[in-house]
Amino acid sequence: MLVLTRKKEQSIVINDNIEVTILDIQGDQVRIGINAPKSVSIYRKELVQEIREENKKAAEVKTVPLQDILKEGSINKEK
Amino acid sequence: MQLNTKHFGTVEIEESGIITFGEGLPGFEKSKKFVLLASGDESSPFKWLQSVDDPQLAFALVDPFVIKKDYEVNITDEVIQAVGIEKAEDVIIYSVVVVPENISQMSMNLRAPLVINLKNKKGIQVVLDSDRYSVRHYILEELHRQEVTVNACPNKEEGTVYCNK
Repeated sequence: MLVLTRKKEQSIVINDNIEVTILDIQGDQVRIGINAPKSVSIYRKELVQEIREENKKAAEVKTVPLQDILKEGSINKEK
Repeated sequence: MQLNTKHFGTVEIEESGIITFGEGLPGFEKSKKFVLLASGDESSPFKWLQSVDDPQLAFALVDPFVIKKDYEVNITDEVIQAVGIEKAEDVIIYSVVVVPENISQMSMNLRAPLVINLKNKKGIQVVLDSDRYSVRHYILEELHRQEVTVNACPNKEEGTVYCNK
């Protein structure tokens, strides 16, 4: 991991076409601005983690007759 | 070719039916080849996405628009390029379903739908930019919500009654 120290309003350039700017620092929160081509996807890491976790849970699904699952789920709910 | 699957025993699949997810799926980057298997009859909104690379891996999918009628997916230029979309009719969208022990808590991932180009058999799990939708959208709750909305507006056609949604 490349580690750099920046002050407010300073920037980092990645790959010539991505610019990361420290916009503001308030206490323990840092406001970061990112200029990048539309083809570059940028997400908070927690979201990517969440999706990976959810996919992993989905992969654990037991053998169930999906077509009946809506009825079965409703029945369980009423119990 | 034959696949010894987790849920369906040994299944015969056609090479031509194989869908390729170039990047795999988040958490399963090594699994790139899948087939879509029906669940019950044609009218069911559910399908299985069965991995060809790993026969023990399968995802339950649902057509999200059947469950949530006002679901909207914005297909960006990047997605169009990623799976080579030429016509809207070639595209099919599914949500990955989680079925926990308590079946009534089953959910679908509306934040990251699967976009599949049926023409060239390429697929991708897209993370939607907007945070409008959740990674865990409860299916039964949604169906119940829609039921309640319909029942609350018996005179909808007359146009003069506003209903709480």
